[in-house]
Amino acid sequence: MSTDGPVFNPELPHRCSPQVALRPEPFGALVYHFGTRRLSFLKTPQLVEVVSGLERHPSVHAAIEAAGVEEAQRPAYLRALAGLAANGTIEERP
Amino acid sequence: MSPTSESQAAAEEPVVEESLVEEVSIDGMCGVY
Amino acid sequence: MKLVEHFQYGLNSPICLTWELTYACNLACVHCLSSSGRRDPRELTTAEAKAVIDELQRMQVFYVNIGGGEPTVRPDFWELVDYAVTHDVGVKFSTNGIKLDEARAAQLAATDYVDVQISLDGATPEVNDHVRGPGSYATAIRALENLAAAGFGKPKISVVVTRQNVDQLDEFKAIADRFGAQLRITRLRPSGRGADVWDELHPTAEQQRQLYDWLVAHGEDVLTGDSFFHLSAYGEALPGLNLCGAGRVVCLIDPVGDVYACPFAIHENFLAGNVRSPGGFEAVWRTSELFAELRRPQTGGACRSCGFYDSCQGGCMAAKFFTGLPLDGPDPECVRGLGEQALAARGPDTVIPKSDVDHSRSAPRNSRGPVPVTIGMRPDRACDENPLAGLKVPVAGR
Repeated sequence: MSTDGPVFNPELPHRCSPQVALRPEPFGALVYHFGTRRLSFLKTPQLVEVVSGLERHPSVHAAIEAAGVEEAQRPAYLRALAGLAANGTIEERP
Repeated sequence: MSPTSESQAAAEEPVVEESLVEEVSIDGMCGVY
Repeated sequence: MKLVEHFQYGLNSPICLTWELTYACNLACVHCLSSSGRRDPRELTTAEAKAVIDELQRMQVFYVNIGGGEPTVRPDFWELVDYAVTHDVGVKFSTNGIKLDEARAAQLAATDYVDVQISLDGATPEVNDHVRGPGSYATAIRALENLAAAGFGKPKISVVVTRQNVDQLDEFKAIADRFGAQLRITRLRPSGRGADVWDELHPTAEQQRQLYDWLVAHGEDVLTGDSFFHLSAYGEALPGLNLCGAGRVVCLIDPVGDVYACPFAIHENFLAGNVRSPGGFEAVWRTSELFAELRRPQTGGACRSCGFYDSCQGGCMAAKFFTGLPLDGPDPECVRGLGEQALAARGPDTVIPKSDVDHSRSAPRNSRGPVPVTIGMRPDRACDENPLAGLKVPVAGR
């Protein structure tokens, strides 16, 4: 859990870090951060859609909604995205 | 009704089955040097 | 679903792969998994190697482990590393350190996306050189010194755990700390020349337990390449995917472009294809019959009824294969001792498979200095039997 950097705020616009490559897989996607050399798996296609769509939406909430995530799942998605922010996979859009 | 479990992506091991994100070490797979 | 359950659907590309650039080597380690020594005249050319890198880039293989033989003895090694990292393919290369002088160390320190792994199999010259040859310990240490002096961040020191060095784990950690390196320990497999020394060098059951306990107690910072997943049956699983990655998440590209399930399985039974065939590496990864077979859910065979099967997954395919054990039975180092039993039960007519891929030098293993490497001077011995030997033609369903 990173204590460096800004606290995750899903109201703000976000994007994938430019140092990250996302590779779709049958079950989701593999995400590799060239800077940190960390490898993450996104385990649902829906989460992949949220993450890839971040740069096109004004907020993380909007990206989640646009991907059609069920209300009941949204807290889990937010926590997953907070984790991805903490490990540098996603970041606030400048 | 328990909420869907998630993983804190900073944790190295899969926590619960329904986690949405799992981290794997780049050195964590068998069959490479 | 656990991640590993997702993998049964296969991956579009490997997560990581090993690429042996050459079978040439200045050393002749007794346990060499690739039986290296002499260059193969059919080695991929620089252009062919770059074409492989182009493919890896397109397939988004983010990271390759380059080895051999000794990869740095290829004259185009530095050019290829540079080509890879400028084409979105990160590199870790595994070396005995022979070419890592101060200049190269400085060059590496200035290069992004390159990691270096120095092989060392003893924390003292006596233990190390017994396996890797006289002077090899000094060569490795010198390379580590040069990397540290140049400010290269966190090279890896990779150790193959043997009966003779398992008591030196703390010392290995100390060496790593001394040079700002990260320790990596991996499993000895009966592969390549390893088959000849496995009986004498593989850890005893007691030592395996010792190793596992050490990893649990001190191994937080220590990499293992997930090579000890067969020890999970002792208790908590060690970090890693805890499964055999061969053909599923990893594979090997060898110096002549042959694609094997993994570097510990260089044998025609585990040959999936060749990158020179139409469709290149991508076609092999995605359509080879062998890989399709490996990606089918494994039933566990004789191990299925064991309560520990879920953690150990039946162990290492290569370890079973090269000790003549059935692939659907226990690993030779099964922590319950079932592998030992199976080994003892091998009859006189048990076939111990031997790979015909052998580039060992006939010179005594303790030769000093670099061996002059010549290109294309040795006719393919197999040509003695068949003039078409070495000619790669696409083989359907191989």
